[in-house]
Amino acid sequence: MAQRIVVDPITRIEGHLRIEADVDNGKIVNAFSSGTTFRGLEIIMQGRDPRDAWAFVQRICGVCTHIHAIASVQAVEDALGITIPKNADLIRKIMTATQFVQDHVIHFYHLHALDWVDVVSALKADPKATSTLAQSISNYPKSSVGYFTDIQNTLKGFVGSGQLGIFANGYWGHPAYKLPPEANLMAVAHYLDALEWQKDIARIHTIFGGKNPHPNYLVGGMACTINIDNDNTINMERLDLVAREINKAIDFVNQVYIPDLFAIGSFYKDWTFGGGVSNYMSYGSLADDTTRNTKDAVFPGGVILDRNLGQVIDVDPRDPAQIKEVIDHSWYDYTGEKGGRHPWDGETMVKYTGPKPPYEQLDTTGKYSWIKTPQWKGKSMEVGPLARMLVGYARGNDLIKASVDGALQKLGIGKESLFSAIGRTVARGLETKIMVEYLKTTYDQLVANIKAGDSKVFEQSKWDPSTWPKSCQGVGFTEAPRGALAHYVKIDNGKVSLYQAVVPTTWNAAPEDGQGQKGPYEAALIGTPMADPNKPLEIQRIIHSFDPCIACAAHIMDVNTGEPLNDYHFFY
Amino acid sequence: MVKETFYQEMRRKGYSRRDFLKMCGILTAVLGLEASFVSRIAYALETKPRLPVIYLSLQECTCCAESFIRTAHPLLSELLLNMISLDYMETLQAASGFQAEEAKKKTMEDYKGHYLVVVEGSIPLNDDGIYCTIGGRSAKDILLEAAQNSVAVIAYGSCATNTCVQGAHPNPTGAVPVRNVVGHVPVIDVPGCPPIAEVIAGVIAHYLTFDRIPELTNLGRPKAFYNHRIHDNCNRRAFFDAGMFVENFDDDGAKQGWCLYRVGCKGPTTYNACAITQWNNGVSYPIKSGHPCIGCSEPGFYDNFPMYERLAHIPVTAMPFEPDKIGKWITGVTVAGVAAHGAATGIIKRMDKAPRKDEEAGK
Repeated sequence: MAQRIVVDPITRIEGHLRIEADVDNGKIVNAFSSGTTFRGLEIIMQGRDPRDAWAFVQRICGVCTHIHAIASVQAVEDALGITIPKNADLIRKIMTATQFVQDHVIHFYHLHALDWVDVVSALKADPKATSTLAQSISNYPKSSVGYFTDIQNTLKGFVGSGQLGIFANGYWGHPAYKLPPEANLMAVAHYLDALEWQKDIARIHTIFGGKNPHPNYLVGGMACTINIDNDNTINMERLDLVAREINKAIDFVNQVYIPDLFAIGSFYKDWTFGGGVSNYMSYGSLADDTTRNTKDAVFPGGVILDRNLGQVIDVDPRDPAQIKEVIDHSWYDYTGEKGGRHPWDGETMVKYTGPKPPYEQLDTTGKYSWIKTPQWKGKSMEVGPLARMLVGYARGNDLIKASVDGALQKLGIGKESLFSAIGRTVARGLETKIMVEYLKTTYDQLVANIKAGDSKVFEQSKWDPSTWPKSCQGVGFTEAPRGALAHYVKIDNGKVSLYQAVVPTTWNAAPEDGQGQKGPYEAALIGTPMADPNKPLEIQRIIHSFDPCIACAAHIMDVNTGEPLNDYHFFY
Repeated sequence: MVKETFYQEMRRKGYSRRDFLKMCGILTAVLGLEASFVSRIAYALETKPRLPVIYLSLQECTCCAESFIRTAHPLLSELLLNMISLDYMETLQAASGFQAEEAKKKTMEDYKGHYLVVVEGSIPLNDDGIYCTIGGRSAKDILLEAAQNSVAVIAYGSCATNTCVQGAHPNPTGAVPVRNVVGHVPVIDVPGCPPIAEVIAGVIAHYLTFDRIPELTNLGRPKAFYNHRIHDNCNRRAFFDAGMFVENFDDDGAKQGWCLYRVGCKGPTTYNACAITQWNNGVSYPIKSGHPCIGCSEPGFYDNFPMYERLAHIPVTAMPFEPDKIGKWITGVTVAGVAAHGAATGIIKRMDKAPRKDEEAGK
């Protein structure tokens, strides 16, 4: 008889995720993923000025702070037929790459590492051996014996105080931890270093967007005026600060993140659980601004089915035959036809059938999540770094192919090992390395373009609503750090009449559909062994490998049921 | 922080210092540390405990937590290792599920009346609280339980102080701010979407250093960060005074860094430290980077849009000059500009003192 275990909250993620799993004979035999928070942003969008939309939907998520705003301004620009200036395109790309690099590093050290790194074991490490280990894998300057001795002493004092703070009640000593004490100490030291570094790279957003989290954007370009001969605009001092943070990021990724990833990965390469749904999708991102072809973008778009890297199918987020959202197990209802809906025809009426809080367990035979179930041609799709690397690999992208093949060789594993929690974690590191180099080349392009005499950052011609068509619709699709992202907007009489966002974690954290097809988290958990059902370390590992972002996933709301907002303002 | 140290507690209960050191030795052995650590542990137990902090994430987007971890002074590692004991924070803590909840419970019991609660997010009250549950419990229950024996609650970020985006019309989930739920302990509002990293760290450090909560404005915000309008300290202020305005983004005025008032800047009605402390260790703030302030620290700011229009409604009859037309009238006439600005500022200030619809409704 299977035992139902509940893990709620899943910590070290964004938002509120609940996992219920059935464990039988030390193995997960069924799993259910439930998003337990809902805000209803799309109902709030109705009747708003489409030029303001980005500021609302940016608040879908403060972790993915930049990319929702980008998808939003792109959707509105698509609807209104605006082509943004080259500088604005380059600045947005620099900001996107910045977000990827920062987000992935934070994920590795602060959200995921404690699933693989035993902090308490680090107390037993020999600092001298740790230093030797660190110097054998990297030329990072902070690898001396004294450095690791200091870190270890700090950690000992911290543990000895009896106040364990964020480390309290961790699963320390769990048999699934495999690192030697020295590797644990090195990882703990770099956990602290990464914490200090990540705040610096965010300054690139601050230069161009005024702040981070939640920088500012503009439909039609960017608001950060470029004038290299003014003190209140983007000038050489501002650009120099960006360049310095890029160089620091390149060093940190190459000297710390990537060496740690391989060092830790080498101890866990046999832990190949967490494969999941076997279908992968990427919308493609960072295409050339002139061709806009996502097939040969930095991250190419496409769909891979059944782990078949021999074939890539084109994907089109506009096509109602491809993208649909079903709600069989989500707390929503549709009027009329109960089947799947394309976001253009999206509708979300709240229909909560779950228990009244406080509750112990959800009825997973019925509706059990605030997250919908998006599908590509009726199939569950995994999105994210692994999907991007696999699609790029299958498309024959030289950089991605070399990167993946190099990693497989270094770890001494075959391609089949990629379809796992470890595969996701390795893929995330590989694309960070690609992104941090891309950051540098894109910065160089921006400087070259300014040097050539172009300082334009904003396209004015369609700013005034009187220039807009009476009715229009647009989509902004891209890749967020966590996977495929699309924002859909309809504009009528100068106001937003429909807003829908189908976001990465909606794909990955989806509940099952009416036919019992599991969502990616659920499918990835099934078959995983658990050493102790009361210590859900293995569940954390697999779920964290996706880097969940639940605020993103569960915000969807249609705009057809709320009362119009036209001309409704508070004055004060 | 008045809680006695572990050592003081032992002595009060009649144990000798010898007993205390013996206990430290046993603890060292249990933790698997070498003997040299006995003195270190003794020191830790003789010193004041780090301030226990319970950080609740309710109906939110985690931008506040992201901002929190970017603090440059104090660094987050200093805060975590030396200043506070962050006993519960979903975003960072190692344990999940009931082990996480147990850690929180233990702090609430062991440090009754001596821990701080930081809340990120609003509390959705509609439909029995189904719109935000953690561990099967509603956000309201979780907040009330944690606040019960806390020394104070910091409502961190605009979700917690004024419900931010999910509270915008028509507020589908019935979101309310922390202040509407917590009544019996001091609530410190730290608004902004998110607040500046050094501001939240500063509020906690203030409490730790001076043993009292910071002095608050009439809106319940720390004066140290929310006493002035962004407009008062704006680096583009001189251009406002001179009537030199950006009329369109990227126009000639924008290229000279002129005032953004006429493209919708909410700086004149927004109280925050952006223009002084600035963001991400003093690099910039929205206006400096060319975008108008959107007023994210003010109640109901999402319903005070369109973002790119100046909406502070000032009746023409109330003053000799209408600020939205000042630029057109007096460009180049500095003396008139200063006079007009004086009048405009006076009126805007008076408006800021008037009670705000949302706040009144909220209370």
